[in-house]
Amino acid sequence: MPKIKINNLEIFADPGSTILEAAKEHNINIPTLCYYPDLHINSDCRICSVEIVGQKGLVTACSTPVKDGMDIKVNSPRALNARRTITEMILANHDAHCTTCIRNLNCELQTLADNLGIDATRYENILEPKAIDTSSYSLVRNPNRCIKCGRCIDVCQSVQSVSVLEIIGRGRESVVSPAYGKLIADVFCTYCGQCSSVCPVGAITEKDDTDEVWKALDAHSKHVIVQVAPAIRVSLGEDLGLPLGSIVTGKLISALKMLGFSKVFDTNFTADLTVIEEGHELINRISNKGVLPLITSCCPAWINFAEHEYPELIDNLSTCKSPQQMFGALAKTYYAKRENIDPKDIYVVSIMPCTAKKTEARRPEMSVNNEDPDVDTVLTTRELAKMIKQMGIDFNNLRESNFDKPDEVTSGAGAIFGASGGVMEAALRTVKEVLENKPLKILDFEQVRGTEHIRHADVEINGATYKVAIVNTLGSAREIAEQVKTGNSPYSFIEIMACPGGCVGGGGQPYGTTHAKARERMHSLYQVDRLSKIRKAHDNPAVSNLYTSFLGNPSSSIAHELLHTHYTNKR
Amino acid sequence: MILAEVLKRFPKKKEYLIEILLEYQKQKETHHFEEHELKEIANYLNIPESRVCSVVGFYTFFSTEPRGKYIFQICRDLPCQLNDNFDLLSSIQMILGIKVGETTQDGLFTLEYTSCLGHCDKSPAIRVNDKIHGSLSLNKLKAIVAECKEKENA
Repeated sequence: MPKIKINNLEIFADPGSTILEAAKEHNINIPTLCYYPDLHINSDCRICSVEIVGQKGLVTACSTPVKDGMDIKVNSPRALNARRTITEMILANHDAHCTTCIRNLNCELQTLADNLGIDATRYENILEPKAIDTSSYSLVRNPNRCIKCGRCIDVCQSVQSVSVLEIIGRGRESVVSPAYGKLIADVFCTYCGQCSSVCPVGAITEKDDTDEVWKALDAHSKHVIVQVAPAIRVSLGEDLGLPLGSIVTGKLISALKMLGFSKVFDTNFTADLTVIEEGHELINRISNKGVLPLITSCCPAWINFAEHEYPELIDNLSTCKSPQQMFGALAKTYYAKRENIDPKDIYVVSIMPCTAKKTEARRPEMSVNNEDPDVDTVLTTRELAKMIKQMGIDFNNLRESNFDKPDEVTSGAGAIFGASGGVMEAALRTVKEVLENKPLKILDFEQVRGTEHIRHADVEINGATYKVAIVNTLGSAREIAEQVKTGNSPYSFIEIMACPGGCVGGGGQPYGTTHAKARERMHSLYQVDRLSKIRKAHDNPAVSNLYTSFLGNPSSSIAHELLHTHYTNKR
Repeated sequence: MILAEVLKRFPKKKEYLIEILLEYQKQKETHHFEEHELKEIANYLNIPESRVCSVVGFYTFFSTEPRGKYIFQICRDLPCQLNDNFDLLSSIQMILGIKVGETTQDGLFTLEYTSCLGHCDKSPAIRVNDKIHGSLSLNKLKAIVAECKEKENA
């Protein structure tokens, strides 16, 4: 084990670890800026420069492996001066109107400057303002705030294999942008929003729709209802000062009521409905020798990816709408009729962990009257946290409330939709029990859980073995899609989610989301499932009631009209 | 020159990107790339279009604007600036009658900036197409332009 000294503290470092890792292991803080736990190390920014006694130049702690006998000074006058100078130079080419930035008090550059005690800069600001890209429904790119750290490029290329973003140009004139400086809406972006999630500053953010929602809540003619996706209840707390993984379902409902929503519903309900519809689709395809593998369609970034990159796979995609869109369609038909409200007066808001959901809601197919969107506005976890702060709600001390009746009953199967592997497990609980026609002994399909980007399992149903795969990240989706495209896929059913860990790691989740954090949120979702009275979608009485009173049977013509959709070759 | 013919001569490996770009740009009369060409190159090498675009944007010897037959590139880096005792930039602009970024009406000359050419020992230096001209003086510069014109009239 290499024996090294950091700031005069003698430590034994793991062989092969970097200076940064060794320091972290021993609770020594080395400031970083371009470094991000799950991404490649580029040492672009040089903020983590440290001095090694006896060495001429400074080295970057993120990329330098430890060597026996190293004597490292993190804050030597030379290192500190370099760090300050770099920060001041970044600030000299940055739109530092911090108080009017979405990342104010939640910005890594701001924190860095604060920690370094920068209260004046020696350099004049030379920023030449560039146009802000507001072309999409999901993401906003503000090049004036970009510090060119390269995280968004790395996540877009190496994690998602989408490669929309790149450094274009050279030196001072370089910008992070789609090819040819095009707008996001004019290139093949899936809107997964992982770029916005890893951005250290306010250069890539979700399109902020909070004003739209405030306006709707203020309009007395509107009946404003809201649905909350499974993954929100295990992540929102983080943005409001609660520990990682806190389950805040009850407080979340109270907060939404205080914001002025007439009814608060759970997307888990339509997740249960998705299980029934998609489960039947799978059963049909297996028994009628339909197109297999069946691939899930809940994730809008994956759907965008498939339509652009793998249109050959369109027949493999489940025709089921996502739970968000099933809710929207039902809200403007079934719910409107039941409550005797003109659908035109119903305004549906979704709280989603996702930026791609904003674009999904605008798909022309997602409109039951072919005019207005079924889901009017989509907010990310971060936007909801913003509204709660704007309203001055003391979230932590809220009383707990329940979802609105009569659709408040949801199953644990719906809840785990927010975790990679959850849709698979929820579907398996239903499909196995329905096909075997006897109660399931074990509800936990441990073999499909986890965070690895590609997982597979053999599932036995009625004596036959079916191979299934669970995929998260679009880079891994590409691998599996290639297999299906070339006819070499051994699977019957594949779940694909675009974000690492599934929706718990979604592009609209609180800033600073890492694989490790997504895993914690995932554990919490499985806990929600474990504590649920009902854990199988087909046991949900509210869903059965919906079928008897409105939809008829799974895959009925009205179910098809409202709950299913089609896809387009966009290559 | 059709791009497909150039591509045919290179293996489908991403490390050939720059060679392909150089070769095709040289062959093409306007010495520049159009969007559909970069897309075709990206498809051929199976790399993202954004990557190709980024490489073209990084190196000053590539262009996405149509250029003349003789491309004069003026080094903008420090040694060339320090050793320039006759105001190379103004002189060349005057001789060619165009500003940086422009092409002469007859399509013969284009004037551009470039990053360091690696000939600091012979600064100030410029590049004209493939050739580097160093230790420049006003007379030397005039001679280079004259030589180009002569070639055209020959």
